[in-house]
Order: sequence, then C-alpha cells, then structure tokens
Amino acid sequence: MVTFTLNGEQRTFDGDPDTPLLWVIRDFEKLTGTKYGCGVAQCGACTVHLDGMPRRSCITPIAMIDGSDVVTIEGISGKEAEAVQAAWKGLDVPQCGYCQSGQIMSAVALLQILPKPTDDEIDGAMAGNLCRCATYHRIRAAIHNAAKSMEG
Amino acid sequence: MTIHDITPTRRAFLAGAGLVIGVAIAPRFLSAASTGIPAGGSGELKAMNAFVKIGPDDTVTVLSKHIEFGQGPFTGLATLVAEELDADWSQMRAVHSPTDNKVYANLSFGLQGTGGSSSIANAYEQMRKAGATARAMLVAAAAEEWNVPAAEITVEKGRIKHAGSGKESGFGAFADKAARQVAPADPKLKDPKDFVLIGTELPKLDTQGKTDGTAVFTLDIMPEGLLTAVVAHPKHFGAIVKSFDDGNARKVRGVVDIKLVPQGVAVYADNTFSALKGRDALTIEWDLSKAETRSSEELTVEYVRHFDEPGLEATNTGNVDEALRQQGLQTVEAQIVFPFLAHAPMEPLDAVFIKAADGSVDIYNGAQFPGFDQQVAAKILALDEEKVRVNTQLAGGSFGRKAQFGSPYMQEAASVYAAIGGDRPLKHMWTREDDIRGGFYRPMYAHKMRGAIDATGQITAWEQIIVGQSIMAKADLDSTSVEGASNLPYKIPNLKVISHNITLPIPPLWWRSVGHTHTGFAVETFVDELLTRVGRDPVEGRLALIDASSRHAGVLRKAAEMSNWGVTPPEGRARGVAVVESFGSFVSQVAEISVGSDGAPRVHKVWCAVDCGVAVNPNIIKAQMEGGIGYGLGAVLFDAITLGKGGKITQSNFHDYRSIRINEMPDVVVEIIKSAEKPTGVGEPGVPPIGPAVANAWRKLTGAPVRQLPIVSVISS
Repeated sequence: MVTFTLNGEQRTFDGDPDTPLLWVIRDFEKLTGTKYGCGVAQCGACTVHLDGMPRRSCITPIAMIDGSDVVTIEGISGKEAEAVQAAWKGLDVPQCGYCQSGQIMSAVALLQILPKPTDDEIDGAMAGNLCRCATYHRIRAAIHNAAKSMEG
Repeated sequence: MTIHDITPTRRAFLAGAGLVIGVAIAPRFLSAASTGIPAGGSGELKAMNAFVKIGPDDTVTVLSKHIEFGQGPFTGLATLVAEELDADWSQMRAVHSPTDNKVYANLSFGLQGTGGSSSIANAYEQMRKAGATARAMLVAAAAEEWNVPAAEITVEKGRIKHAGSGKESGFGAFADKAARQVAPADPKLKDPKDFVLIGTELPKLDTQGKTDGTAVFTLDIMPEGLLTAVVAHPKHFGAIVKSFDDGNARKVRGVVDIKLVPQGVAVYADNTFSALKGRDALTIEWDLSKAETRSSEELTVEYVRHFDEPGLEATNTGNVDEALRQQGLQTVEAQIVFPFLAHAPMEPLDAVFIKAADGSVDIYNGAQFPGFDQQVAAKILALDEEKVRVNTQLAGGSFGRKAQFGSPYMQEAASVYAAIGGDRPLKHMWTREDDIRGGFYRPMYAHKMRGAIDATGQITAWEQIIVGQSIMAKADLDSTSVEGASNLPYKIPNLKVISHNITLPIPPLWWRSVGHTHTGFAVETFVDELLTRVGRDPVEGRLALIDASSRHAGVLRKAAEMSNWGVTPPEGRARGVAVVESFGSFVSQVAEISVGSDGAPRVHKVWCAVDCGVAVNPNIIKAQMEGGIGYGLGAVLFDAITLGKGGKITQSNFHDYRSIRINEMPDVVVEIIKSAEKPTGVGEPGVPPIGPAVANAWRKLTGAPVRQLPIVSVISS
C-alpha cells in the first residue's frame, strides 16, 4: 500500500507497485491533464511536481513515491502558476495542446526556482519537454512575459 | 482522392435547419466529463442550420466539420460565422460536428475530411453563409415579435436592436423563434471592407482548456468499466504472427484476455499499465516470408538503379538532352536521398468504443476522415453504418497521420474491439513505439537532377528524376510525387520531370506538405546551386526567373526585405533563402545559421513571408508558420526512419527519432502579405522552404551541398 498526497488530498494505491505514477494519476485517480507521450522520459508530456520538483511521472514507479506530495496541472496554484497560465493564454501558445500541461508544469517549476530566467536557463529547464507543433518560440516568450508579470 | 469542387447544394446546406443536430447522446452510465463530449454553450441549443446553434444564454456554438488538432479551424470557422452573424467574439463557442459525408463534406474533397490545408479555403463562403443565414433568421424572429419591419433592425456585437422603438435583445431570447423561420436561400454576404472580425487577431477558442488540463483528448475518455487494449506489432513490415505464447502475459495482474488479431496479438487489461506489462510478457514468433528484409542502404541502391530506366513523364518541354549538350554552359548534377519520416504526433493513435443499450456503438477518436472510420468500423463490427457513430475528438497533432484511405488504424482498433466482444467499453491505444515503427511514413525518395545555366543566369535546361512510393497507390503518374517539380515556378525553356513508382511492403502516407517535403528541397537547393555557380545572387537570380508581379516574387522580395538580405551577416554565419508555393499559399524564408558546437547547423533566425490570400486570423497564420518551420527543421536536421540489416526498423521512440527541442528552435519573424485573394491554407505551407533555406546557407558556409537527409547523417558519416 502506497500513501501519497495528490493535489493536497491524501490518496492510497494498493495495485502493482511497478505501476508508473502517470498511470495511477490517469487510470486510477481519473485526472487526465497529465499526458502519455513516450513512456521513457523523452518528451515531458507527463511532467508533474513531486515534492515541489518537476518529475516525469511515466518512469516513476508508484512504490517510489510513498509519503510524497504530488501536484498535477489540475492542482497547481500560486503566483507562478497564475502568471504562467495567463502568459500562455496571452500569446495563445497551444496548438494541438497535448504537451502543454507538461510544458506548463516545467515552466512553473522553473519560475519557482528562477523568477527571472535567461534564454539559456529556459532552454535548460524546458529542453526535456517536446512539442511536435513546435510552439517553442511562444513558450519562450510566454515564460519571459510571466516572469515580467511577477515583478513588483 | 479526387479533389473536385462541389458547390454546396442548398438542400445539403439546409439539411440541418430546424433539426437539433445531436452530438451523440451519452450512454446512461457515463458522466459528460468522462465522455469528452464537447460542451459548447449551455442550456438547450437551437439549431439555425447544420453549423450554427444558439443557446438561451446568448452563446453561439459553431459545429466544426474540421477536426481541431492545432491548426485553428475551431477559431477560424467560428470567426467566419461570427463575422456575418454580427456576433460578439465572447459569445462564440466551437465543437466538432457529427459525422456526415454530405452535410459536413469538405467542399474540396466531396466528403468529410480535414487535410491539404483546406479548412478555411473550402469553408470560407460556406461558414459566412451559415452566419448570415442565422442572422437573417434572428432578425426575422425579432421583427415578428416586435412587430417592426425587418429592414429597420440592426445587429451589432451580439445585440439585436430596433432604433425606432428602442427595443433591444441578445440572441438567446429569439433562438427558438428564429429556428422556426424559413432560412433565406441566398443571404447577402458582407463586402470585405466591412469586416470587423475577419483579419483581426481574435483569441483562440480552445486555448483555455489547453492551459489548465481540462481539454479532453481521446486518451482522456474513461467510461466506467473501461478495458484498455494494446497490440504487439512486428518489427518488420509485412511480418505476420506465426505463433505466440501468452502464458506469462495472462499471469500479469489486471490482464483480462489476449487475442490474435490481423495486426498482431492484442492484450486486454483493466488498466493501461497492466496491458503494457502483459504485452511485454508475450513471446511471439513472426513469419517474415512476406516481410521487407532489405536495409535502407539496400533500398537506396535499388532506388538509384531506376534513374537509368524509362519512367513516367510528368513534364517535358523543349529538348533537355540537347540543351544539356550545348557548349559554354555551367552544368550541375546532383543526387539527393530523402529518408522515411514518421509523423510522430504527440498523442499516439487511439480510439474508444462504447456500446449503447440498443447495440449501436459510439466511437471517440481523432477522426480526420470520420466517414471512412465509420464505414470501416461498421464493416468490422458487422453493424449498419447508422449504428456506428464517430464522435470526433480533439487530437494531439496529426501532421497527416490520421488522414488515411480505408482507415487502417480504425481497422486495427475495431478488430481489437470486435475480437473481445462483450459490453465493456474499450480503449485501444498505440504506444510511442507502435507509432514510430507503425509505418505510413513520408516515403523515402531519391532525386537525380541535371541542370545547365548560362553566364547571364538563364537556366537553359533542367532534368529531374524522382524515385519513390506513390502515396496514392497509383501505377501511373502520381501528382503528389512530383508536385512542386513538374510545375516548376521558374521559366526554363527545356524542362523534363520523370517519376518512378516503387512498391514496398512499407505503407506510405502524406506528411505535412506531402510532395513538397522533398520536391521543395530538391528544387530550391538545386536552383540556388545553379545560380551561385555563375555568381548570381540567390534572391535576384530567382526573381529574374519569375514574373515580377507574381505572388512568388512578392513573398521572396518581402523575406529579402525583412532580413536585410544583402547585408553581410555576423562572422561565422551565413544565410540561405527558399520560396515554395504549396496548397495555393506562397511562402519564402531566409535562414541565418552557423556551425554548432556539435558540428551540425545551428539555426539562429528565420524570416518568413507568407501570402495566403485574405488573412482570417493573422495570429494563427503566424503560429502555423512558426510551427511549420520547427516541424520541418527538426526533420531536415535530425530525422530518419531506417531499416537495419535484415529489414528491422531501427528507431523506436523519441531518443532515436529526434524531435527539435526548445534549445534548437530559431527565433522566427513572420510577415503576412496583404491580399484580397481568396484565403488559402497555412497548416502545411510553412514547412517546405525551411529545409532548403538551411541547406543553402550550409552550402554557403561550408561549401558542402546537402545531398542526403537528415543533415546530421552526412555530418557524422
């Protein structure tokens, strides 16, 4: 039996301990904002926050997160999350939209650590998140806009 | 596909009038949230026609006959309706229309479908008429209710007004009465000079749900009792199951059943992970007797062999052979080899099947040709077509992947559903490995080019031989193999284009911009090489070969102006240019590159000029150019599906089928040519020019022409 918190609520899981966190979140908790894209931590569509840090949930066995705090796109809050989501809307960043939950989770974690990232720091934090629509140009601009909106 | 223009008949257009065109009614045991049935406006919606519904809360819901997977048809089609309806943008909503090959036909195809960058182009007048019709019906209803002449009623930003009496209302109050009005046969459309919404950067209707995780894709549909199924596929094209042992797989917790299906071995489970674990535990022996067992290198040898054989003539003007023999000319020969390319949309292929109490079946999937999906599923499930409802869902990209004749993906999904039987809902999904190894690639092509140019920059002869699979499965000339080459934009007196069709067990498919993915590259790198051979500037030299007043010349001049072409770039950098017409739109790009630390091209900036006629939503057009550049650049730099020794597919996931990442994305600047021409598409036309623009800059920088793609394959070899 694995116990963890999901978006602030305590949850338990007593299925196969090898089950990746991604499939626990989706199939068992029915939170579908977190996406499957590759299953091998190459695309970032499954990014969640695990104890405050971005984590690829597709390669994280549920047994490893006992006692941890998991936040998904459905549960993010705070000034960084608000700034990022507003900036994403301001530039109409998404195209197909499938990778965007993961993009936003990575961007929020970046701004929580570095409130005013440089282009290189954005590259470093976001290079693990693929977007086949290649919305990268707007993702970069939106992160800068979000950082600006949090000033003062 | 026979692409022919069909004028929408009034009957087809009005087929939905007065009817409540239902998105499929959810089975009892499903909550709306779990089905993914799009919400649209709230309350009871009244249909003005097949495309427009109005709710009591004043919302206007547009039924999009085109699937939304990122190119913006929800927003674009709703803009066209809102313009003629004089609606306020805040009241507009969009959902996918039901499946109907007549009412919801793509007017360029003659059946329902999305592709060929045709959504706005084919629906431009149709959707405006749908809006104008609804407006007239609302006005008629108001005139009746207020007892005033309809001609005195005005509509602006969603408010219906009669100045004389001071009466005013929103749309919702008249929705019911309006739905019962006779639809005008030929509503008057606005003069473009009076547009208030078309041409403005309206915010997209689907952005909210795509920033907070609430947008529902097929993978997110989770009815109660759902079974998840995956199929073990071969790693060779054309292989079939010889025998399999499922003993260990059946022991995996959560695995419900295992069945042989025509495409492989299907594993059914109570959850996704159990299905995947069960599939990993299968032991399968494959029969390779009909499989492709040649490697990519062996295929290349086979392709190149065709250059010397007679082929299918696509174009033959003047006398190329004689012109190539003339003295005093610079001649260039080139062979360019293009690899197979997977589309790799972020959401791998998937579909959900839910049986209703009456035995009919609802299918939820990212349906690009929903009518084909319906026909195929009905046949496999042994149901009448009207007992199978295809409910189109938002899809995580496609880039051509979901547009398939005969719906081979749906054949697999429906076969898996049919094989288990029973009443449990079923989700069939592909993993990324299934997707990368799943075929339906942009085919491999080999081009042989021969050209001659005189000292003044006149290209006197051009021969191009193109070898590859026919996407349309033709024995004779397939126009998609030669488009962009057979209709070369440059004035060349002696021009010959020859095509060879290759047959392989590897299924081919169109990939974002179809034939232009390779012809654009071959033509634009070759013309650049010829021009620079005689010292001509690539921009000026091209302009001298096309009409000054052409749209080709327009975008080329604009891209040159935007980039300050002619100004020497910083030390260590070079610029290349390309211009390609595809799907009726014209795009020119200038790329500035350097040699990156890994020895590969590093693309710093791209200037892009696009002429797509009337710009319905400039922000979406710019986004499609940015995205097209990123998609095309990733492929040209990194991507190839290759067959190893014995024919086994080498790649399996994003680690070896690279995608461009944020740190590799150039800065992009886009300008749109102001135009009153009919609007044309933008989903694909941003792709073709980026490859040749980068390759031309690379040749300038390093002296090495790019003769094989992806570029990294040449650098590392």
